[in-house]
Amino acid sequence: MAMNAQGRQTRADAFAATDAPTFTGNKALQIEEDLIFEIGDFAGTGVDLPEPAAKESRLGDMERTSAIGLPGLSEPETMRHYVRLSQKNYAIDMGPFPLGSCTMKHNPRLNEKIARLPGFADLHPLTPEAQCQGALEVIYALETWLKELTGMPAVAMSPKAGAHGELCGMMSIRAALEARGEAATRTRVLAPESAHGTNPATAVQCGFTVDEIPADKTGRVDLAALKDMLGPDVAGIMVTNPNTCGLFERDIRAIADAVHEAGGYFYCDGANFNAIAGKVKPGDLGVDAMHINLHKTFSTPHGGGGPGSGPTVLSEALAPFAPVPYVVLEDGAYALVETRRAAKEEGESAKSLGRLTAFHGQMGMFTRALAYMMSHGLDGIAQAAEDAVLNANYVLARLKSEMTPAFDGYCMHEALFNDRFLKDTGVETIDFAKAMIDEGYHPMTMYFPLVVHGAMLIEPTESESKRELDQFCDALLSLARRAKAGEADVFKAAPVHAPRRRLDETAAARKPVLRWTPPVAEAAE
Amino acid sequence: MTARYTKDHEYARADGDVYVIGISKHAAEQLGDVVFVELPETGKTFKKGDDMAVVESVKAASDVYAPISGEIVEANAAIVDEPAKVNEDPEGAAWFVKIKAADASELDGLMDEAAYAAYAAES
Repeated sequence: MAMNAQGRQTRADAFAATDAPTFTGNKALQIEEDLIFEIGDFAGTGVDLPEPAAKESRLGDMERTSAIGLPGLSEPETMRHYVRLSQKNYAIDMGPFPLGSCTMKHNPRLNEKIARLPGFADLHPLTPEAQCQGALEVIYALETWLKELTGMPAVAMSPKAGAHGELCGMMSIRAALEARGEAATRTRVLAPESAHGTNPATAVQCGFTVDEIPADKTGRVDLAALKDMLGPDVAGIMVTNPNTCGLFERDIRAIADAVHEAGGYFYCDGANFNAIAGKVKPGDLGVDAMHINLHKTFSTPHGGGGPGSGPTVLSEALAPFAPVPYVVLEDGAYALVETRRAAKEEGESAKSLGRLTAFHGQMGMFTRALAYMMSHGLDGIAQAAEDAVLNANYVLARLKSEMTPAFDGYCMHEALFNDRFLKDTGVETIDFAKAMIDEGYHPMTMYFPLVVHGAMLIEPTESESKRELDQFCDALLSLARRAKAGEADVFKAAPVHAPRRRLDETAAARKPVLRWTPPVAEAAE
Repeated sequence: MTARYTKDHEYARADGDVYVIGISKHAAEQLGDVVFVELPETGKTFKKGDDMAVVESVKAASDVYAPISGEIVEANAAIVDEPAKVNEDPEGAAWFVKIKAADASELDGLMDEAAYAAYAAES
């Protein structure tokens, strides 16, 4: 047995793994955590408030007689509950998050430091303009950066996520069509088969019908087919670039020209802007509206980590319809244009579509995004895009020997594989993904985009080092070899090392239990 | 008459003077466990190729297109209540709707069983 200088065993396998049950059901630091309603009793409370001295109820017979049924935990118990739950999460601060079409990149600590400055963090949205000039300057400066990076003349800052930005863009298109008197006749929106689901959903929400644009053999928009679909009833198109297959739409300029010629508008889904930021200006591609996910491209927290933020840039044609509020700089002072009337006074052509949110947008994300931009500079943002594309192509090149790329050639920021390499192994995409959990990785995006069979979409982002990527690729290559070597049983059983084994997704979808209900005996009380 | 199939994996099978519509066995296998089905109301009319129903599995949500123009005369409530049936017997008990066809000749362009089997094996 190998020993180190202190006489301790050094080989991990010296401590044989065992499935031996423990009394508590815990496995060392893997704590079995009940639901908060199942911990403690309902009589307990975390705070001990004195009874009010004199109280006269004015509720009459409306007074509650049954227990309110809130969990009865002390403060330390509550704290532990949530900390334990949080430790069951996989997070970008724990390891690579290869989800494609999601850009899960590192959130620099500098951003967090800036966002926590009390002048930003403690600011109330109704603070008088004179007392929050700094915060307004942040919004204004961020607007300037976004307009510069996209080559677009206007930006709406208030949308609170990507889909909300889409709504802002499509509402602007609708408003523009109404102003042209064509809202009743231009009712169709075209979107590729591989589009994010939010695209058609947004179009329908804005009163349009949606038709799918077929893809060509290379995974890109079929330009000829698109041209055939265009006509006087088309309001616009919604295209993601680079698209959800991780490919740059090479015909994008021709697509935009064809749509404009037919009298429609071009909405670009900016979810994958990380791949081209600092390299390509969407305005040069003929885009009329595009949302920018600050929580993807500009490194603000994502998913459970923080609120989204989806500022939407608008072309000259759509700018007059931008929602309020927005920040203007007048005589050296920043001011908010908060109403449609005020917007009209600002410029005669302004026909603002109104307000999308109560306040000015996700201020905490604005400060983080601006901190990222200013610390990286334009060259840094461009390098991030280059490195993201380089990393994805490295993954594509390394995995190609055992896994099957969905399309030939280089990719942009994400590498897309189909399940052909699993043919006849008895292993499916979902089993492969579950086996990745045992290897300590969050699975990649699976079964999306829908146009690729058994899709596995990997977006490493620029955040990962070569060392990290190599380990990730080695793990995937090893899994692919094991699948082909006939170890289907291992895959079907995975995950075995997670706190829970394979969940019954079908039952969860068919018979979801969405809220806790008290046990029957107590409910009868 | 035996079933005719579309490229989008719907089938249409004559049953008296109506056509029984559903998704193919191949499609059900590809979808995986079906968890949700949405069917059109009876009396609604569709043109060939229109979105007619929605089927959602653990993997994906898909539109089901009308393989033939006509009016819905019956929708199979049993698969709405128990979507699992679509995996069990898609080309039998788990049919989606019955359509009164506007123009039966529309089926001529669809694949027969052998042609569809070859098409499904390829895709």
